Amino acid sequence: MVHGTFPPLKSQARGPAARAALVAAPWLALLVLWYAIRASGLINPSLVPAPHAVLSKFLELLQDRLLLDVWMSTRRVFVGVFLGVLAAVPVGFAIGWYQGVRGFLDPLINFFRALPPIALIPLVIVYFGIGETAKVAILFYASFFAGVIVMVEGIGQISPIYVKVSRTLGANDAEIFAKVIVPLAVPHILTAVRVALGVAWATLVASELIAAQQGLGALIQNASSFFQLDIVYVGIVCIGLIALAMDLLLRAATRRLVAWQDRIA
Amino acid sequence: MSSQNDFFTSRVPALDTQPMVALPSFPVRLRFEDVAVDYPTAAGPMRVVDGIDLEVRQGEFVSIIGPSGCGKTTLLNMVGGFVRPTRGRVLLDDAPIEAPGPDRGVIFQEYGVFPWLTVRGNIEFGLRLAAARVSAPQRTEIVDRYMALMGLADFADHHPKHLSGGMRQRLALARAYAVKPEFLLMDEPFGALDAQTRTAMQDLLLHVLATEGKTVLLVTHSVDEAIYLSSRIVVVTARPARVRTVIDVPFGYPRDEAVHEDPRFALLRAHIRTLVMKEYEAQAKQAAPAAG
Repeated sequence: MVHGTFPPLKSQARGPAARAALVAAPWLALLVLWYAIRASGLINPSLVPAPHAVLSKFLELLQDRLLLDVWMSTRRVFVGVFLGVLAAVPVGFAIGWYQGVRGFLDPLINFFRALPPIALIPLVIVYFGIGETAKVAILFYASFFAGVIVMVEGIGQISPIYVKVSRTLGANDAEIFAKVIVPLAVPHILTAVRVALGVAWATLVASELIAAQQGLGALIQNASSFFQLDIVYVGIVCIGLIALAMDLLLRAATRRLVAWQDRIA
Repeated sequence: MSSQNDFFTSRVPALDTQPMVALPSFPVRLRFEDVAVDYPTAAGPMRVVDGIDLEVRQGEFVSIIGPSGCGKTTLLNMVGGFVRPTRGRVLLDDAPIEAPGPDRGVIFQEYGVFPWLTVRGNIEFGLRLAAARVSAPQRTEIVDRYMALMGLADFADHHPKHLSGGMRQRLALARAYAVKPEFLLMDEPFGALDAQTRTAMQDLLLHVLATEGKTVLLVTHSVDEAIYLSSRIVVVTARPARVRTVIDVPFGYPRDEAVHEDPRFALLRAHIRTLVMKEYEAQAKQAAPAAG
């Protein structure tokens, strides 16, 4: 008897054409809404570039600086998130696992977590200058605090039954950590990465306020000071699409690594 | 020792004092010495166990039965090493029990099978620990044996999310057995199973005990289960738990379904049921004191 396989959800039961349509539907709806807002006159049409205008600008920039911008921004996000999560995992684990550490660090973490990265830019410039380090520092900051929260909650909700069981089987503390806690922490580490990535992309523009010449944030900043809204849109859409692509990749990896989880979705 | 006829005519309370079977004099392995346990609550310490004195000998199968929330699980947790007594001592071979260990296997009510491991991975978990000192080929042999015994061989590479409740329970048993504990501590292990699976699991347990021999402490709500499986039944009072009575079960081992037909089974069941129901009522009165 094999359990855990409910009848397929409606979307899985449809053919591939129907599934493709379902995936495309929200984007098409967004496009339609975009055109509709322009047409309705709710907002001055000169303030809302048409989707096709944005597309042609995109193709134009692609020949020019866009790829370099994408590379610079993606690299900054990548490094910031990597370092941020690398720090967040052990810190989050310690807070989630040890009551004493939690009491000590929790208020501090929540204090700093609430500070918006933009507010910290002057300080970051003072301490880190205006180079790559400064920009990555902001992204590290944002990723770290996002990741810590996820890890703390994730570790905190590990059911004590597994620790109890492993003790009755003869495991020592090191074995409990390596063979029970770590496998149970993996899904939370992956979630921490996903959340940190989202926060980092959202903070990218702020970090690139620090005298950046290249990058999608810089692209948006420059274009906005010249009121080139179509370029601003290109920058925003690029950020969104790259973030989405990274998230989808991460979700695929999660499904593989955490196939053992009994989940609703 | 009374003859069969005397049994039928003797007063029911005689069951408490007259063992029907002369137990072999195996050494006492577990001992509760005037054990009391308080749990800290918002309203001050709550006494859940009060003055338990009990001895368990090598090879016995002792069932602990009583109303819900009376402290039975606490008794098991003390032998398991998860709880220390507030007063008195719980001894294993005359040494106080300090921590859990592979000599005392526990079957938890919630199973606790490791979801990230396959069936095979779960069963061999204990064997891969430093404490086990088992070589790789030995490990495979042991795992295969228990998988086959529990009827899980077809699911060796499945994760627990694909297993039913009964299969997860079997997996938990196989995992506990694989490390060959001397003692088995079982907390209502069959409570969540349907009647069929429950009977099958009971018979499987008896079969394994017949082939391997362990000392078992079983906490259960089911009087039938207690009589069917045990050599001794401890009826525990409403909270705080005290020993109300200890009853020797007159059937030998190995046992099978036929024991249900033995007239003594029905008598025992009636007797124990009465005792347990009285404790249930006492517990209910505690929870809802009479008005006025």
